[in-house]
Amino acid sequence: MSEEKIYATPNQPTPARPVIFNAELCTGCNCCVEVCMTDIFIPNPDKGKPPIIIYPEECWYGGVCVEHCPVDGAITLNHPLMQRAHFKRKDSSEHFWV
Amino acid sequence: MYKDGKMYDWPYPVNYEAETEVETDVLILGGGIAGCWAAISAAKGGSKVAIVEKAATITSGAGGSGCDHWINTPNPVSKVTAEDCVDWESQNANGYLNNISRYIAAKESYDTLLEMEQMGGKIRDTNDEFAGADFRDEKTKFLFAYDYENKFHFRIWGKNFKSALYKECKKLGVKIYDRTMATSLLTDGGKQGTKVIGATGLNSRTGELFIFKAKATVMSMSRHSRNWAFSSELTGLGQFRPNIVGTGYAMAFRAGAQFTQMERSMPGNLSFGTSYPSYGTGNAMNTWFPCTIVDANGKQIPWTDRDGKELTDFDQRTHPVKGQKLFGERGMAYDYRRPDITPDMQKRVKNGEFALPLYADMTGMPQMERRAIWGLMVGNEGRTPTPIFRTYNEAGFDPDKDMLQSYLMLGGDWLRGATLPHVRIGGEGPGDSGGLVVDWNLKTTLDSLYAAGDSLFAANYHHHAAATGRYAGRKAAAHANQTEQTKPARKQIDNEKARVYAPIERKNGIEWKELNAGLARVMQNYCGNYKNDELLNIGLKWTSDIEKNVASTACASNPHTLMRTLGVLDILTCNQMILHTSLARKASSTYLGFNRLDYPEIDPPAYHKWITIHQEGKRVKTGELSLDFYGDMESNYEAHK
Ligand SMILES: Cc1cc2nc3c(=O)[nH]c(=O)nc-3n(C[C@H](O)[C@H](O)[C@H](O)COP(=O)(O)OP(=O)(O)OC[C@H]3O[C@@H](n4cnc5c(N)ncnc54)[C@H](O)[C@@H]3O)c2cc1C
Ligand code: SF4
Ligand code: SF4
Repeated sequence: MSEEKIYATPNQPTPARPVIFNAELCTGCNCCVEVCMTDIFIPNPDKGKPPIIIYPEECWYGGVCVEHCPVDGAITLNHPLMQRAHFKRKDSSEHFWV
Repeated sequence: MYKDGKMYDWPYPVNYEAETEVETDVLILGGGIAGCWAAISAAKGGSKVAIVEKAATITSGAGGSGCDHWINTPNPVSKVTAEDCVDWESQNANGYLNNISRYIAAKESYDTLLEMEQMGGKIRDTNDEFAGADFRDEKTKFLFAYDYENKFHFRIWGKNFKSALYKECKKLGVKIYDRTMATSLLTDGGKQGTKVIGATGLNSRTGELFIFKAKATVMSMSRHSRNWAFSSELTGLGQFRPNIVGTGYAMAFRAGAQFTQMERSMPGNLSFGTSYPSYGTGNAMNTWFPCTIVDANGKQIPWTDRDGKELTDFDQRTHPVKGQKLFGERGMAYDYRRPDITPDMQKRVKNGEFALPLYADMTGMPQMERRAIWGLMVGNEGRTPTPIFRTYNEAGFDPDKDMLQSYLMLGGDWLRGATLPHVRIGGEGPGDSGGLVVDWNLKTTLDSLYAAGDSLFAANYHHHAAATGRYAGRKAAAHANQTEQTKPARKQIDNEKARVYAPIERKNGIEWKELNAGLARVMQNYCGNYKNDELLNIGLKWTSDIEKNVASTACASNPHTLMRTLGVLDILTCNQMILHTSLARKASSTYLGFNRLDYPEIDPPAYHKWITIHQEGKRVKTGELSLDFYGDMESNYEAHK
């Protein structure tokens, strides 16, 4: 068992993680914070680290944060599970999902 | 959300109540498509211009993440006229169309598109990717959608249009106030119904108040939203049009402006819960037109013409039938009805002719058509470049090999899946909603207040927002040239400050989400799919009760939640507008999505008109407006343009 401290945390406000940061790639430039359509982030108080998602349920899933990010792969749009569409490969009849 | 179990500090300096005064010639409220175009044309007309934008102008609004079709645009390659453009939409809307703004848009849309190109928007197939395609004009390299014979709906690379508009605004010296929510209109002497002389704005990061003084103001904050359908857990995802709650409507209503068509609504809980990302499922309309749909065994679902006759060739999907002048982007009206998937699909699935699930199958389509849907349309359409095109490609979706599932289960709709009839959409929907009444100058019923884009009644579309924004900006600039600045009344500002900051002072009251959910429940119960006088009156009573006893306790903890709280108070006002207009319409109407149990007659001639609404003091006045109040389009346009 991990020795990590256990907190009385509230549930997440949304069944979703609208964007996922890659902390290795993200430079903490906050470009995504500035262009976000619904202002769901705040800059990380630790400079150079990925922004903090404060209002995840307000995300519109338009993806302009990803488009304006100067580092490819630092931020990924992540549709919640119940929003993932399915597709089928025609010749093999295999089923996939997004 | 939490760091070491503690909340983060608010990262921006907070300065509630601090005032900053800004003086400008033309004030643009809402920096979306219409707002940016209005700013650009007013600045070119020599005016000092300021934009007030709730989000970030570079990306904000319904067109902020893209646009793939620029429709209804008469152009040198096409025989279609402005009158044709208005007529197919008017027939579709059973006459409930804003012919003023639609005609202006049709007249000026082509010039607007060319200006878009000058600003850096890509509107031609300059790389010859689609050379030889049926939907391309070889000389101009324009690409067209839907009706390939009439070539008046453009396919464009709209992904970067918004950032190009933003850059142009900057270049022209337009002052941009981002993260600033306009909260109220300032009027001459602080009185309702008088000249609009500016607006107040709340910065949603710092909490400070801006007082904008202007000679002319353009309202371009889009529509109302979240009146019936509200998801507390997926608030943003559940809205088709982003970030709007009807603040523009609420503030203009309080100032005395007249609105119409507020009672129109349709079923549709949009993207939360039961449905999928916009443009991200197999379908055959709009961005995905004219896609082939197959059943679980690969059997093609037939396409039919307007008479229900099955179409045998792919090309027939994109050409009007013999004797048909043209067809529109969408449409019920027979004259202009476009080819579509056979309307009796549900029956044929039930009787076993086709097996679920269905798929969009581009694999067998002509290669140009496949690339037009996947790459050009999906890839430039709003909410698709990253959410669909990039995400699906990265998940391995290949349009040459794969079929995308369609969630047309039996019931529900093609685009999004299942819907509930009482959970309705009004302003956030893809169709036309209610909005501000305007004249041929796109001036509202208040002096010095112009309107453009989706905030106009019975309005829709990107090209329309662009062209009407451009027109309204021109008109506002001309008006500003002949007008003096008026000093706002201190009392009006003080009253607005008291209203805006009250939620910050309160403790232990209701928060915005619960308030929004409660208001939505009233609308679902008392203004749902079926209405009668009793239900609507009870709906008004509960809404007013909530206003007096509950909304008056609303509290907020920082400038962001304050902005959200004020937004819900605006939803409350819009709900009252909807309920009052619904009460005044004593008839049912198919187009308006309006079913009265006590007045079941559908579209009786006596009610083939608009119901208007405005406020005098606290009293709500409803009235009526004839559907042809716009008069002769050509002469009016020529006289005013
Ligand atoms: C995903 C999507 C795809 C679409 N694709 C197409 C298409 O391909 N072709 C087409 O013709 N149409 C399309 N449309 C419709 C088209 O985008 C809209 O009709 C058009 O953008 C309307 O322009 P507008 O300026 O009226 O509203 P918007 O562009 O939405 O702008 C309204 C602005 O007002 C701001 N605002 C709101 N409240 C406030 C406030 N209180 N204070 C300050 N600012 C405020 C908003 O943040 C926003 O920036 C699409 C819509 C969506 C949602
Ligand atoms: S824009 Fe990209 S690099 Fe910059 S903070 Fe956001 S995710 Fe990180
Ligand atoms: S998808 Fe849009 S709303 Fe969501 S975080 Fe990115 S910019 Fe913000």
